[in-house]
Amino acid sequence: MIEHVLQTLPQVIIDGLALGAVYAIVALGYTMVYGILELINFAHGEIFMTGAFVGTALLLSFSAFGWLSSMPMLLALLLVLVATSIVTGLLGMGIERIAYRPLRNAPKLITLITAIGISFLLQDFVRFITELKKGNYILTGPSLFTGQVNISASSIWSGFHDASVKSSFFIVLVTAVVMMMTLDFFVNKTKWGMAMRAVAQDRETAALMSVNVNKVIALTFFIGSALGGATGVLFAIQYGTIDPYIGFILGLKAFTAAVLGGIGNIRGAMFGGIVLGLLEMFAAANLPIVSDGILGAEYKDVFAFSILIIVLIFKPEGLFGKVSVEKV
Amino acid sequence: MSLLRLERVHTFYGGVHALKGIDLEVCEGEIVTLIGSNGAGKSTTLKTISGQVKAKSGSIVYEGKDMTNTPPHMTALAGIAHVPEGRRIFPRLTVKENLEMGAFSVNDRKEIAERMERVFHYFPRLKERLQQKGGTMSGGEQQMLAIGRALMMKPKLLMLDEPSMGLAPIIVEQIFHIIRELNDEGMTILLVEQNAFQALQIAHRGYVIQTGEITMSGTGKELLGNEQVREAYLG
Repeated sequence: MIEHVLQTLPQVIIDGLALGAVYAIVALGYTMVYGILELINFAHGEIFMTGAFVGTALLLSFSAFGWLSSMPMLLALLLVLVATSIVTGLLGMGIERIAYRPLRNAPKLITLITAIGISFLLQDFVRFITELKKGNYILTGPSLFTGQVNISASSIWSGFHDASVKSSFFIVLVTAVVMMMTLDFFVNKTKWGMAMRAVAQDRETAALMSVNVNKVIALTFFIGSALGGATGVLFAIQYGTIDPYIGFILGLKAFTAAVLGGIGNIRGAMFGGIVLGLLEMFAAANLPIVSDGILGAEYKDVFAFSILIIVLIFKPEGLFGKVSVEKV
Repeated sequence: MSLLRLERVHTFYGGVHALKGIDLEVCEGEIVTLIGSNGAGKSTTLKTISGQVKAKSGSIVYEGKDMTNTPPHMTALAGIAHVPEGRRIFPRLTVKENLEMGAFSVNDRKEIAERMERVFHYFPRLKERLQQKGGTMSGGEQQMLAIGRALMMKPKLLMLDEPSMGLAPIIVEQIFHIIRELNDEGMTILLVEQNAFQALQIAHRGYVIQTGEITMSGTGKELLGNEQVREAYLG
């Protein structure tokens, strides 16, 4: 049994990292908005989904015009990522402006319900447009980066089995890491990042420092949604087929990752996402073996969420959550 | 010359008629203090000036321009620094970042560094703690940081809301000393205090506020010698 767990470990780690990277970046969007408004922006999963559709639509039209073959694949991908980020970034900003800002001083529950409403709206809107154009709401993009790469883990240690990955895995991982590092730099080292942290800690006082709080909140939504949308594109490339409902479960899990890492904490969200992805893949690969076939791979979510519950029982503020020391 | 003038300002705060027609003036180079008991409307007056709370009626004129109900980030840009009650430093930003936040509207790195040196001149302690998180400092240090952060704005008018609250007498002494020093160098100051005795001692003029109304005004000396003021606030 242990032998089997070890054999599949390289593959588990690779699949877990790909999934975890997606969770991590979507989790960033939840955690940033929560940090600044104490709002759980349930529509964020749908921003991710919208990004997947916008990106796929762009890739499909690129290939319809024959551009995919005429320019380097990576350049095409970069263009699509940037364009999608801008679209979903503006979408997130627009949602904040129209739906959340008028409710800024309303009870939190009202805004939460609004966010859920926006979720449904986006799901149905994307479904409507896709069906109108394609006659079907399930969309399959052009296959990109499908080459298989063999990682000979057995040469590291003979107990491992070799792992195989689609080359898109590297695209997902590299892009995700670049996005996370850029965001981390922005938040911790730049003036507007500092303003964002200041607004998250004390909105009223930040305004007294001549910070336009509305601008900072809009910026937060733009960045979170741009990252979420770009991640949607990565997801579509890695997993091939998308539908308008992928944002719901994925969003829920990314939110879980954010809570696991300590909601409001940016590095925590990244860490929580990776951990959740790895746990999930680990469970999917090993549950059937360990339980002698009683529990199928579908129970991976039960396993992952049980871990979450256990962590939260012992550390309710999340792994990196802060019990703040504030003297008055 | 009048720097700030409030005329018949009415403010409602949380459903309460908190300010009932406040008239108040601060001239350039003055220390003006607003004294009164808890809940009299001292903080609300400052909040109405900086725009955190909206005035229902009346006017606030600053540097000859109408500033009534200007949002806080705009009053800050105009040169009014408001050090809020309870200091309200950013607890999870470092001391350096807190100070940088004060100079948020400034893009010139050199100018920011110069202002910071100026702040260290008044509060050398802050220089030793630059990388420490604001929330981990003592109450007195936090008050120094809050004032230092406001000075980073290079304001024309410095509004202080109960800077002595909850601090040890020796620290209060220091803070009042620095307020006086700042004023000697030309800073105009509007000081809200429950510690009326100390506030009136350094103030050129003072106002007494009671349940949202100005009930008395005069020079610091006059109010210090006033029988009613002595009884109510100086005990």
